[in-house]
Amino acid sequence: MPDYQWPDPEHRTLIGKRISRVDSPDKVSGRARYTYDVKRPDMLFGKMLRSPYAHCKIVSIDVSAAEKMPGVKAIEIVQKPGATIPWVGDEVVAVAAVDEATAEDAIRLIQVKYQKLPHLVSDAEPPKDAGESQGPLSMEDLGDMLENQVPERQIVSLIQQYGISFTPTEDDLKEAKDEGVPDTIIEAARAATVHPEAAGRAKSNYTKAASQSQGDVEKAFAEAEAISEGLYGAPVITHCCMEPHGSTSEWTDPDHLFVHMSTQNVSGIAGQMAEPLKMPASNIRVHQDHVGGGFGSKFSPDRWGIVTANLSKKAGGKPVRLMLERDSELEVAGARPSAYARVKVGAKKDGTLIAWQSYSWGTGGPGGGGMPPIPYCFAAPNQHKEHTAIRNNIGPARAWRAPNHPQAAVLTLSALDDLAAKLNLDPYEFFLKNIELTRLPQVYREEFPIAAELMGWKEKWHPRGQNISGHMAHGVGLSLHTWGGRGHASDCDLTIHPDGSVDIKMGTQDIGTGTRTCIAVVAADALGLPVDAIKLYIGDTQYPPSGGSGGSTTPGGVSSSTRRAVVDARDALFAKVAPALNAQPDDLEARDGRVRVKTAPSRSLSWKEACSKIGATPITCHGHNDQAAAKNKPDLTNSGVGGVQMAAVAVDTDTGIVKVTKMVAVQDCGLIIDVKLAESSVMGGLIMGISYSLFEEKIMDPTTGRMLNADMEFYRLAGLNDIPELKVHMMTGKGYDERGVIGLGEPPAISPGAAISNAVANAIGVRVGVLPITPAKVLAAMNQGSTQKAGA
Amino acid sequence: MHDDESVLKDPKEPIEDRSGVSRRDFLKISTIAAAVPVVAGPHVVMAAGEEVPVHGPGKVPMQFNVNGKSYKASLEPRVTLLDALRDTLDITGAKRVCDKAECGACTVLLDDKAVYACAMLAIEAQGKKITTVEALTEGGTLHPIQQAFVDNDASQCGFCTPGFVVACKALLDKHPNPTPDDLLHELSGNLCRCGTYAGIRGAIAQAARKGA
Repeated sequence: MPDYQWPDPEHRTLIGKRISRVDSPDKVSGRARYTYDVKRPDMLFGKMLRSPYAHCKIVSIDVSAAEKMPGVKAIEIVQKPGATIPWVGDEVVAVAAVDEATAEDAIRLIQVKYQKLPHLVSDAEPPKDAGESQGPLSMEDLGDMLENQVPERQIVSLIQQYGISFTPTEDDLKEAKDEGVPDTIIEAARAATVHPEAAGRAKSNYTKAASQSQGDVEKAFAEAEAISEGLYGAPVITHCCMEPHGSTSEWTDPDHLFVHMSTQNVSGIAGQMAEPLKMPASNIRVHQDHVGGGFGSKFSPDRWGIVTANLSKKAGGKPVRLMLERDSELEVAGARPSAYARVKVGAKKDGTLIAWQSYSWGTGGPGGGGMPPIPYCFAAPNQHKEHTAIRNNIGPARAWRAPNHPQAAVLTLSALDDLAAKLNLDPYEFFLKNIELTRLPQVYREEFPIAAELMGWKEKWHPRGQNISGHMAHGVGLSLHTWGGRGHASDCDLTIHPDGSVDIKMGTQDIGTGTRTCIAVVAADALGLPVDAIKLYIGDTQYPPSGGSGGSTTPGGVSSSTRRAVVDARDALFAKVAPALNAQPDDLEARDGRVRVKTAPSRSLSWKEACSKIGATPITCHGHNDQAAAKNKPDLTNSGVGGVQMAAVAVDTDTGIVKVTKMVAVQDCGLIIDVKLAESSVMGGLIMGISYSLFEEKIMDPTTGRMLNADMEFYRLAGLNDIPELKVHMMTGKGYDERGVIGLGEPPAISPGAAISNAVANAIGVRVGVLPITPAKVLAAMNQGSTQKAGA
Repeated sequence: MHDDESVLKDPKEPIEDRSGVSRRDFLKISTIAAAVPVVAGPHVVMAAGEEVPVHGPGKVPMQFNVNGKSYKASLEPRVTLLDALRDTLDITGAKRVCDKAECGACTVLLDDKAVYACAMLAIEAQGKKITTVEALTEGGTLHPIQQAFVDNDASQCGFCTPGFVVACKALLDKHPNPTPDDLLHELSGNLCRCGTYAGIRGAIAQAARKGA
């Protein structure tokens, strides 16, 4: 049995070191080619006519003038008259023309008549009695919930509780399975009670999506010695990828499609395009070298991707590029569902948390969405929670870096921080006091003091509102988080050539998280070669499939498949080389560019000499990481990480402007492949977190139903000067390394909202409950706070 | 319930169509009149009592000096410098992100000064020295600011990186030892979504030390 185990520390040459990102030189020099940069011969330019209304019906479409326009090569009516449009920016008609300007002109010549319907774009608190209870679920309901990342367990329990309104055929279930719907949901649907009479019933904008209790909440609140109540929330925000969604498609012959797509899911795109295009997935080639951000919004070809392929077909197979405009990118290509809650929490005098009650609501667009996992991290022994999902016309929701967790952290950790303040406890002590209620108490216990040391928590923390000099109020806050992150399914082909060159083929993608570097480090480490000796071929459906980059599943997936392939290839090489070194294959090792006898390192061959023993046919080995941990022996990847973050802020009490002055992140993620890139991921999470905590919100106009800030001036991202000193500490060594590789993309983006909100409350003495923490909200909260004090 | 046609208030009332000139097009059209370099005999019209050359609306021959090379192209006057570079000259280092002077991903040097290529018409960039990120790498060797980006891991997805590299080059040319205030002024026009600002700050410090 080959020894796939990760090498112990003294046998690692590259794993766990600080290695520079292998594709950095391409990125800093402009050489890196993104989908938007691809220019194919005779390429046409696609443009989309999009709905100006948030809710309407298409009455008629007249494309005759556009068709006659010189330079227009194809027109595709995306939604026909009669179709109902659910949000502003939904696709109506697409045009391909010889250049972008012509396509724009053609779009302007298209006459569409719409019949406006009443819309709702607000996600304000539903009226007390609003919302019908959940009835039997339709197929659309299930699709919406899956799209909105409603937790698997919650979907299963809804199906079991309410039944379904349709009879699923075995074909439906098989298709669902192929699309990645979890087995538990499929089994629940198969076993569900069917209520055909419920099909097609009219839907309210409000659905009681969850009502759950455990323990005895009433008794617990009666026994509580401190109770805190508050309103907390996080609005809908967008992904705002720098590279918009889109693709360039061309038919290389009438049966074969070649697609360049901006995606997080290279291996998964062809399968999703096959059915709408009515062709075998094996006839679709998808390619991507680099992608300018995804953050959870780029797993599907999207309707516009299918339309692009259709435009190309109509234009005789000529390449068509259709990338989204910036406003569309913000309106229709991804948003994080909102979540708000009225929370009541209770504790004993010593800080022991005993009761949680929440009435929450939020929207994920027409799908409504589910309840975030609250209370987050801290499983209060007595709980009652109800959630109302708002279906509205704000646009579609998509997975956003750590789906539902940042919202859950804000709702929970803010409420608990307020409870700590009520008890006159340092939140550091309060959270530690309750740490046994979390799933990873040991990890947090080790991380807390490190974070406190890096922040200078003991010196910086004062009771609320007591660190004010002049008009500047200073405060610190903390939060913690957890995530899974086990590796996805991944296949890797690794070849050692007789001339000593090594290449790897894998249908994965590097979304900026360092996937290329991760693969190269794992392979080079095992072969005793420098990182740049490994030639990487990724981002193409011609290579072995590897999972989509979501849920922090990529590092575990690609590192495991690479490790298996490289160990097998190395052992095959040793078998060829052993006779020349008068040794057994097991006695050999690859170190420092040589293959040598472990016990007598002077008996060695250079890497090139060793590979010359291979013969004419190169060695190719295949490595596979199964998604099911039980099938991987040994399992090189794992699940379940914990992190602690602290924020320090300075609040100008005259203007309400909040400046984050320092942030600290302490994070574990099992065995770290490249510490330099791991730290970058965590810093990226902190920075994104500062951005959504202080600035970001998809602002909707209730009258027109349009997004008011669909650009990058008023949809504000944090800039260089909003970013303070960042301190990152990665947990490594005993207790961490031996767990195997765990993903890191999501975890660091979870806590910033709660940590910063808690720091602001600590500074100004009152809570700004709902993100983003804008100057207006700070001033309003302070006003209200002083009124309350005056009244008391 | 909103999907139900029966809730329509007045089926006759809210039928509207959609046409007209977008704000962006209007801006582009309106600035054409200010285009100075005259290449191929535009016709002249009187506007506000002055003779104004009018280019287009069809394609106009243009000539550009990009990264020390001369390029000829035939473009409509409304084409931006960014689109001309990317779609016509196939120089794709500068990226199209916001397309309206908000994010800096398209930053190039125009006569050594950083500008948003998306906010300038190609026709206006004629006769000027245009430098893109591609020109900073000489003979395969990265410019010190580029090397500093690599060393400090100042890119993740990398889509904003070329714009930042060019803006940092312009910053360091102007302020060899930049103060935090200099960063505030010179780099506040560039945005990153992945969160690479800490690396970028480190890269500037490194390049400044080495006298990039």
